[in-house]
Amino acid sequence: MAAGSVTEVKEALAKVGYLADEPAALVSFLAQRLEKPVLVEGPAGVGKTELAKALSRATGRELIRLQCYEGLDEAKALYEWNYRKQLLRIQAGGEDGWEDVHGDIFDKEFLLERPLLQAIASPEPVVLLIDEIDKTDQEFEAMLLELLSDFQITIPELGQVSATTMPIVVLTSNNSRELTEALKRRCLYLWLDYPDLEREMEIVRLRAPELPEALARRMVEVVRMIRALDLKKPPSIAESIDWARTLLLMGAEDIDKQTFEQSMSIIVKHRTDIELVAERVGVKLAEPVRPQG
Amino acid sequence: MPSPYGPRAETGPPGLAAKLLGFCEELRGEGVAVGTSEILDAFAALEQVPWTSRDDFREALATTIAKSQEDRRLFELLFERWFFRAAEAEAIERGIEETERRHEGGERLDLDELREQVRQAILEGDDGEMRDLARLAISAFGRQGEGSGVVGVDVQRIRRTLGLSAGTQAPAEDGAAELPPIDREQLNAFERHLRRELERDLIERTSTLPPSRPLAELDRALPTSPTQDLAAVHRAVSQMKRRLATLGQEQRGRRKGRTVDVRRTMRASLETGGVPMHLRYRPKRPRRPEIYVLCDVSTSVTSASVFFLSVLHALHDSFRKLRSFVFIERISEVTDVFEHERDFRVIAQRISSEGGVADVSGYTDYGRVWLEFLGQISDELDPRSTVIVLGDARTNGREPHADVFAQVSERAGRLFWLNPEPRLYWNYGDSVMAAYERYCDGAFECWTTRHLENFVNVVAGGVPAET
Repeated sequence: MAAGSVTEVKEALAKVGYLADEPAALVSFLAQRLEKPVLVEGPAGVGKTELAKALSRATGRELIRLQCYEGLDEAKALYEWNYRKQLLRIQAGGEDGWEDVHGDIFDKEFLLERPLLQAIASPEPVVLLIDEIDKTDQEFEAMLLELLSDFQITIPELGQVSATTMPIVVLTSNNSRELTEALKRRCLYLWLDYPDLEREMEIVRLRAPELPEALARRMVEVVRMIRALDLKKPPSIAESIDWARTLLLMGAEDIDKQTFEQSMSIIVKHRTDIELVAERVGVKLAEPVRPQG
Repeated sequence: MPSPYGPRAETGPPGLAAKLLGFCEELRGEGVAVGTSEILDAFAALEQVPWTSRDDFREALATTIAKSQEDRRLFELLFERWFFRAAEAEAIERGIEETERRHEGGERLDLDELREQVRQAILEGDDGEMRDLARLAISAFGRQGEGSGVVGVDVQRIRRTLGLSAGTQAPAEDGAAELPPIDREQLNAFERHLRRELERDLIERTSTLPPSRPLAELDRALPTSPTQDLAAVHRAVSQMKRRLATLGQEQRGRRKGRTVDVRRTMRASLETGGVPMHLRYRPKRPRRPEIYVLCDVSTSVTSASVFFLSVLHALHDSFRKLRSFVFIERISEVTDVFEHERDFRVIAQRISSEGGVADVSGYTDYGRVWLEFLGQISDELDPRSTVIVLGDARTNGREPHADVFAQVSERAGRLFWLNPEPRLYWNYGDSVMAAYERYCDGAFECWTTRHLENFVNVVAGGVPAET
């Protein structure tokens, strides 16, 4: 994908199974053109991570993923010296002078590349996904700044490692805390929300093609009804797709009360949520039609 | 002719660059942080998209300038207004008028026919059609000579004259087929067109561009919902979570129970030729703080306790290790209620019915509450725990037992008091705030979300916000 125009990007993404809306396609296009990282925010399960994966498939680039968590540090994200190998080198050297050894053990050979360095040093252009950046501490964010603005990493013993090819960088956040201004300033911003009815139908039917259109529409309507409730965890797009497949397996023809109760646990996964959904949505559905006779 | 909107505003230097900068300036005026680097990015992005597509143009600007959901909302509001105004200013500058077109059609259209067409356009949601019809309606309406000169009033008058209202339609008088209902959103869209065209008209007639005014608070606010206040509380609390979780842990219990980090020790030993001279220890992960919240739910704080309960509710969403208690005369743990119930109203109801905190009189007895609290959980209080008391410190003349409170304060790492009364009223009447305040790490007045945010800021060691 050469990123010629917004429409091309959109089509390329659709071809690998990701139906992007207008803003998402435009931002993906700009990210490649301007060579800037993209910060994607939005509720859980709207396809933030999937966007990065789709970009990697559409561009044919390798996906390098850094999953963030509390307490993630440089040694796990950037690089680390392989001390065991360094020790071996020192012991195997035997008679070598300190100068030789010193020059030797701080060489690329003894460096363990972690995802961020890997993405920078890769000879082939890659897609770098920094997932759930809001889970880390602010210190880690600060460390990312050098990487995100200049696409380089400074290793004291080796000097700067600059990117030879520009990676597409996608950062995702569930908005569980405010990210720092400095980080936001360096990124393009994309807010992904739950798709509208038509687009979610398209997505569901793309992933579960055998599902009849009427049933798909009914299903998406119910899912949207559930999302409108105040739930601990509203159903994600992936869960809608799962539900669609479940309905197919069950051979359901319509979503009536019985089918709903049997398969509800696919989309609602919290005990209090289940009660609430059963109470508010379950009653609106029709009783199953009993066979005559 | 003086415009009812006041004097004409500066149109600024010509050219898109100047217009964009002006737009950013206006965004800054509304509190969106637009830095120079954002503006540079915006220009770079605009080089990549076709300007003929309004959507692409807007999205390219939005993605580089508006970096949060709230900023995005403000961006949308201002974008519409700014570029509309910019176009109109340009039209005045060059003396372009549309007077010719404006009055044709309006003459020969009769009201009923217009009404039908508007209804149709609204039902179909046809944007261009709606705009044309809005113009026709305005000129037909203007002919009747009833224009008030105030845009908002005129919009509503035209709407009423056309007999448009949202929802199910009243049956037609001549018994014709029932009219389909009109969607509220679509009607709003038509009203927006009316407003826009009226403004355009006004600007053209007076050839002045009224100065832009700051957005009204109403426009800025996020879409309203009954739980909006609750949402604000949740936001403040989620900030608090981060700050409480990372604060004050690092100095406590440093020396005890450290474990050697073999990997880092070996790594460090390289400096000494592979001989481990310096031991490296595993960093101690700060343990999650335990939080105890005590909430007064007596009648003297009735109005405040709804707020406090919503604070509790939000706290429960954020912290896993949180234990909450409500008290009047006695204390009762309600952690379970919050953990098993999501709906705020149900929680409030269950607490009032099952709390079992009122005894005989129904008046708060702080002294007894401290005694009971200490008795129940004294073993579990340790320097890592934080105690937050929500109450007005009005003892109704009973023994305050400040010495017991001091013991609680001594055992707990930190103790904060949030008082729903203004500081001015503290220590008047039966309030014994002073007796307790000296044992607190901080006492705050707190009856709005602003105060709550202020509390969070102070706890985090920041500067208290102006209240």
